[in-house]
Amino acid sequence: MNIEAKTAWQGYLRADGRKGIRNVIVVAYMVECARHVASEIAAPWREQGVHVIGFPGCFPNGYAQKMLEKLTTHPNVGAVLLVSLGCESMDRKTLAQTVESSGRPVETLIIQRDGGTRSTIKAGREWIENTRRELENTPRATMTAKDLIIGTVCGGSDATSGLTANPAIGRAFDQFVADGAITIFEETGELIGCENIMASRAATPELADELVASVAKAAHYYTVLGHGSFAPGNAEGGLTTQEEKSMGAYAKSGASPIAGLIKPGDVPGKGGLFLLDVVPDGPVRFGFPNISDNQEIGELIACGSHVILFATGRGSVVGSAISPVIKVCANPETYRRMEDDMDVNAGRVLEGAATLDEVGQEIYDLVLSVADGQQTKSEELGHQEFIMVYKSFEPIGPSCLPV
Amino acid sequence: MLNDKLLQLSPDDNIFVARCGIKAGDNLTIDGATIAVENSIPLGFKVAARDIEAGEKILKYGAPIGSAKQAIRAGEIVHLHNMQSDYLPTYDREKGRFVDEH
Repeated sequence: MNIEAKTAWQGYLRADGRKGIRNVIVVAYMVECARHVASEIAAPWREQGVHVIGFPGCFPNGYAQKMLEKLTTHPNVGAVLLVSLGCESMDRKTLAQTVESSGRPVETLIIQRDGGTRSTIKAGREWIENTRRELENTPRATMTAKDLIIGTVCGGSDATSGLTANPAIGRAFDQFVADGAITIFEETGELIGCENIMASRAATPELADELVASVAKAAHYYTVLGHGSFAPGNAEGGLTTQEEKSMGAYAKSGASPIAGLIKPGDVPGKGGLFLLDVVPDGPVRFGFPNISDNQEIGELIACGSHVILFATGRGSVVGSAISPVIKVCANPETYRRMEDDMDVNAGRVLEGAATLDEVGQEIYDLVLSVADGQQTKSEELGHQEFIMVYKSFEPIGPSCLPV
Repeated sequence: MLNDKLLQLSPDDNIFVARCGIKAGDNLTIDGATIAVENSIPLGFKVAARDIEAGEKILKYGAPIGSAKQAIRAGEIVHLHNMQSDYLPTYDREKGRFVDEH
């Protein structure tokens, strides 16, 4: 693939000064009971940048509230429609105020107040039609690599993930960090076994302690649940143990110093490499920390990620609402089987057809092209998955973000 | 890179990684010796780089990724049947239980 590298492009300028690479209208359901109405409102523009997100639970949850506040004010989002049933606990008023004070158009529909399914869908579609016209006038601003936040996740891992896709993403990450961009890697449960190696890269000794503690928390959490972050397909793909999977996953972080530890919804204030701690704090509640890959993708986006680099060996097909997902396929056999879903064939490294540096450069260039508007495979295919379940977090401590 | 079939990730490792699917009966050259492969080795799977004793750490990327459950001969596939995690047991979908449970 020959991609012309962009060094600067036109992004979307938001009132808070942040810049986005997409101008999405988000339709957010406040409880599962409002999801059908939200999806029907969005349906006519499913391929024209109207995305559905939301929270299924009726009980209140501070994590879900913060996630929705961060996601609806993400720089890739231009306008927000909240769809409430009416009786659920989500604080839709505060959420709407947060969006409004970010300078974005926002509207709240309440199904019980607005006459039920049919009339709420009608009102929602009218609002979107008007808002789409309004968004045509969104101010633009020049963006370069240093304006980007890039998250990475791996899913459907096999033994090739840690050999090709993950280290190639690590190389692209190092280049972005050198540019002054923010890069975020995650899933402390998938770093079990390499916590000490990772801690040696921390910017300060106090941060090193925090990194080790975050992995110990994950190990405890998974031990109580009786199940690690290791799926049967991982073993079928040649991975034998959690720590082997971890070493492969860890390679995504590259070789830059680790500048800080963040939690879902925390947006780093300066360039560098950050670890996102996705495992809840306190006693084990609400079940598995991430029930599937899209919850982690949603959390990376809530931390400001404009683009997600997704490494897969077995072959995941997911995309996401709000931010484009670039699929980096680690396994050359999987790539041949699922080429339509894959943006980068990192498996060429195993076959001697490319080096890790070459694939890393290809990923770097592709991120810039996608930032300039090029559609990823999952965007072309209409993938806009989103999932969020209950969690609880304490705020990060002072050692987590050394100045 | 060791040869066209095997990948050495770190000089400290006691396993290699298969760069392609290796069929049963194929020959592997390890440390100058020619070893006939008993069971086929899929792409990305681990192969013992030397004889490994029971209880010895398995080293990949120069880091321990678990321990040998039994003695493993050079050229043998290294997976769930002969090594285990030092942290968390690995779940087997077909057996509906963790592979380290007996």
